[in-house]
Amino acid sequence: MPERFYFDHNATTPLSDEAFEAMTAALREVCGNASSIHHYGQMAKQRLEMARRQVAALIGASPKEIVFTSGGTEANNLALFGATKSGSHVVTSAIEHPAVLSPCARLEQLGVPVTYVKAGADGIVDPDAVRRALRPDTALVSIMHANNETGAVQPVAEIARITRQAGVLLHVDGVQAAGKIPVSVTEPGADLYSLSAHKLYAPKGIGALYVRSGVPLQPQMLGGHHERDRRAGTENVPSAAAFGSAAEWLSRNGNRESARVASLRDLLERGILERVPDVTINGSAAHRLPNTANLRFHGIEGEAMVIALDLRGFAVSSGSACSSGAVEPSHVLLAMGFSPDQARSSVRFSLGRSNTAGQVETLIEAVADSVRHLRRVSPAYSNA
Amino acid sequence: MPKKLAQAGPATIPLRNSLTAGRPGALCERTPQTPIVVAMSGGVDSSTVAALLCREGKQVIGLTMQLWNQRRLPELSREGATGRCCSLDDVHDARHVAEKLGIPYYVVNFEKRFEEQVIQPFIDEYLAGRTPIPCTLCNNSIKFDPFLELADGLGAGQIATGHYARIRFDEASGRHRLLKGVDASKDQTYFLWGLTQPQLSRTQFPLGGHTKVQVRELAREMCVPVAGKQDSQEICFVPNGDYAAFIDAYFRERGIAREATQGEIVDAAGRKLGEHEGVHHFTVGQRRGLGLAAGEPLYVISTEPATQRVMVGRNPDLLRAELTARDANWIAVATLDRPVRAQVKIRNKHEAAPATVSPTGQQRRFRVRFDEPQRAVTPGQAAVVYDGELALGGGWIE
Repeated sequence: MPERFYFDHNATTPLSDEAFEAMTAALREVCGNASSIHHYGQMAKQRLEMARRQVAALIGASPKEIVFTSGGTEANNLALFGATKSGSHVVTSAIEHPAVLSPCARLEQLGVPVTYVKAGADGIVDPDAVRRALRPDTALVSIMHANNETGAVQPVAEIARITRQAGVLLHVDGVQAAGKIPVSVTEPGADLYSLSAHKLYAPKGIGALYVRSGVPLQPQMLGGHHERDRRAGTENVPSAAAFGSAAEWLSRNGNRESARVASLRDLLERGILERVPDVTINGSAAHRLPNTANLRFHGIEGEAMVIALDLRGFAVSSGSACSSGAVEPSHVLLAMGFSPDQARSSVRFSLGRSNTAGQVETLIEAVADSVRHLRRVSPAYSNA
Repeated sequence: MPKKLAQAGPATIPLRNSLTAGRPGALCERTPQTPIVVAMSGGVDSSTVAALLCREGKQVIGLTMQLWNQRRLPELSREGATGRCCSLDDVHDARHVAEKLGIPYYVVNFEKRFEEQVIQPFIDEYLAGRTPIPCTLCNNSIKFDPFLELADGLGAGQIATGHYARIRFDEASGRHRLLKGVDASKDQTYFLWGLTQPQLSRTQFPLGGHTKVQVRELAREMCVPVAGKQDSQEICFVPNGDYAAFIDAYFRERGIAREATQGEIVDAAGRKLGEHEGVHHFTVGQRRGLGLAAGEPLYVISTEPATQRVMVGRNPDLLRAELTARDANWIAVATLDRPVRAQVKIRNKHEAAPATVSPTGQQRRFRVRFDEPQRAVTPGQAAVVYDGELALGGGWIE
């Protein structure tokens, strides 16, 4: 069994010590239902509200604007279905996550037309294209803050100015951005902002939707009066506690950690570009997350590269897994104008708190070695 | 008390146990060596291959080829059509077996190649009036070369599959020979005649020396989770064996009009006896589905793609003593340079019949003259030439 290193932090992150401690403490100490009146309920409620303050602080929101959900997917669903109604129109982009694209496809079936704005070859959506897509009946624009595959950071502040001016709500899927770059929901002026806890070192199964004060939102999960009537279901206090504690760690250390990770990412990218011929960086190198490198290895199937690296002990990713676990060419790279073959030869490295410079050095070696090996047997590659 | 996780510097966290630990329940005692890749379908045969190689102490990597998306033509999915190739259930089973064996396992996407090199030719062949064998197309173009290429890239020297056939190296000729599996009812050499020497030299068929009954026993003995799973039948991507419905659905997806394949049913003299819904619904020797009320049983004699006519006749009209085959591949010999006495099999369920096989003088073509005329020699099927247990080679019937 090789020693294993994790370079797939955009897929999910390992639980941090802080989150682990907060979660186990809450599991041990908090047993009440946060909606109950008695002492036990109050203890649970206090722990929940502390978490809410911590999460709100990470994105510059007020605590009452945070709605806990079961994760980023539910937050996106709540935003898209909760802020639209039959007859309204939605603008989104072709590079969104399936957690936005699939609800949009359903909206279309329900009589809510959706316009999909394309991204440029750099993986960035042009705000002017969003402006041009607006119609008198547009109710909502939904644009991701940072792309999960390329790491491209979208001009959400500019888009927010456009939506404000037009009187249209803006939903930002911030699942990949929060914790990696500074986020202030008042700065981009988002009306709705989705968060996922497991992308920032907290557990799976919890996320949040920021709902700006005064923004009307139809709840989608119906039941009791939880989360100020915006999301029913008994609150998941231990997970919220972990989420809050992870958010607090990032509020304090996020900038320093992002700078550290950015230098590791640059080290990795430089090392690969120096050692391996015929490699291209996909997407904007200037406007992207500090932790993400999406590289195209000409003449290689990214899928084979992922397997080869996994056998050497390195976890990376390529495209997105379909239901069987096989890799499909990335819809994001295709939307940026890549050919299917180009999309298939791309590999994503996403770094995070678990990585060190030493790990990056060994990864560079493993990548160079794997590429040499795979290209030697690849009919699609000849460097003649 | 929760375990202390961080041992490293302040800004780094090691991953939690779920990501760093080995897989549980490992049967494999691995020592560093060149790995072998097993093509795992989730069925009992390939699962047993993986388990056998593990038991021998080999370093095994399990791969499942995702060939066809079953959701692609949803109208074909019906109740009971389960356990088909590349279905989620099969992948789930293969994954479970790999977990049990403690081997690395991956699903790799071959959908594009499969469509280009198996599905399209499969449909083109039907439209050209022939009856293709997709399993052989797949073996010739997917299961061995691209798979070996991937194995190479992963540093594996050899691949192993669950086919019932044997490979032996013959010192005298310096060639790898292909022999029938010992279980005559399961022998798969009819689908493997296209294998080349480089492919055979790097392939293992660990089940060739076993009967199916023994394989199930072995599977049970090694606690392979799918030991009792039903065998797959028919063509893997075609639910319920209804290939014509598959082609119809594929045409609908592609926007190809039904009329493009419809036509007349005629007798040998060209007299119209009826109409049909598409040439791909018919294969030589077929009796069912003609919709004709004739005094005596009528069978499909041939289909003519140019006119979209299906010609029918009586059973004796189906007998042929001779055939030619193209794109020949010879395994036991480098080439066929003189007539040989052999047995030739013209479809999977056919019993190999004595014949004289001769070169035609043309590149990669051969002629078969049967001692006794054979029923329903079908263009598009393979003619596989045997000398007893030995599969000498084969070609596509013209």
